Amino acid sequence: MAKNTLIAITTDHLDTASVANFLSVPEAGALDIFLGTTRQWTRGRETTRLVYECYEPMAVAEMERLADECRSRWPVLQLCMLHRLGEVPVAEASVIIGVSTPHRKDAFEACRFLIDQLKKQVPIWKYEVFTDGSGEWVSGEIPEVHAETRAQTDPST
Amino acid sequence: MKVRVLFFSVLREQVGCSEMDVVMQDPATAKDLLDLLEAKYPVLASYRNSTRVAVNYEYVSADKVLAERDEVALIPPVSGG
Repeated sequence: MAKNTLIAITTDHLDTASVANFLSVPEAGALDIFLGTTRQWTRGRETTRLVYECYEPMAVAEMERLADECRSRWPVLQLCMLHRLGEVPVAEASVIIGVSTPHRKDAFEACRFLIDQLKKQVPIWKYEVFTDGSGEWVSGEIPEVHAETRAQTDPST
Repeated sequence: MKVRVLFFSVLREQVGCSEMDVVMQDPATAKDLLDLLEAKYPVLASYRNSTRVAVNYEYVSADKVLAERDEVALIPPVSGG
C-alpha cells in the first residue's frame, strides 16, 4: 500500500484527529472526513450497540480496490478507510472515510463514493443488539461481481 | 478436488461452523458447490438468492470453475459502515 493511502480494520476506538493529521498535506485545499456511528433509534426500536465481523483479507483487498478506483476518478492526494470490528456502542464510530484533494468538490464526491461503495461491496456484517436484549443481523446489500472478473469467466459479456 | 469453504454472519450461524473442507468431483463450479452444500444443509436454500460467492477474495458468478485448494466464501448481504 502506498504511503498516501491508509486502510485498516481494527478493534480499537477510531481516532478522527489522527485521520485529519494523515490527510493534511501542503497540496491539499480540502479534507473531507466521514464518520459512520451507531444510531440509538431505528424505526422506534432502541439500539444499545452494533457488533461487527468481517472476512478480513478480502475486506482489505476490496477496500484497496475501491481506493484504486477512487484515485482513477478523482485527484485524491491522501486517502483513508478505517473500519472497526467487534462491539461499537451508541454514538461511537464504526467507520471513518477520509480524502484530501486540491479542491472541495472532488473531496466531497470521492468521500461519498468510498462510503457508498464500502457499504455495497466490502465483506463486513453488523449485528444489531436492542435494549430489550434481542438482536438481529442487519439486512444489507448483495455485492456485485466486478466487471473484470465477469469478463474472465463469461466470454459473452 | 478439495476446496476450503468459509461461512459468515447469518450463514455461519445457520450452518453452525465458520469453515470446512469440501471434497468435490473435478471439474466443479460455484453452483455445484452451492448445490452440494444445500443438500447437506437444507436451511441454506432460503438464503440462496441473496448469497454471493467469493473465490480467493474475488466475487464470482455461479459458473465460476473451482480449482484444488480454492478458498470459497459464502457471502450474505454485506452491511458494513
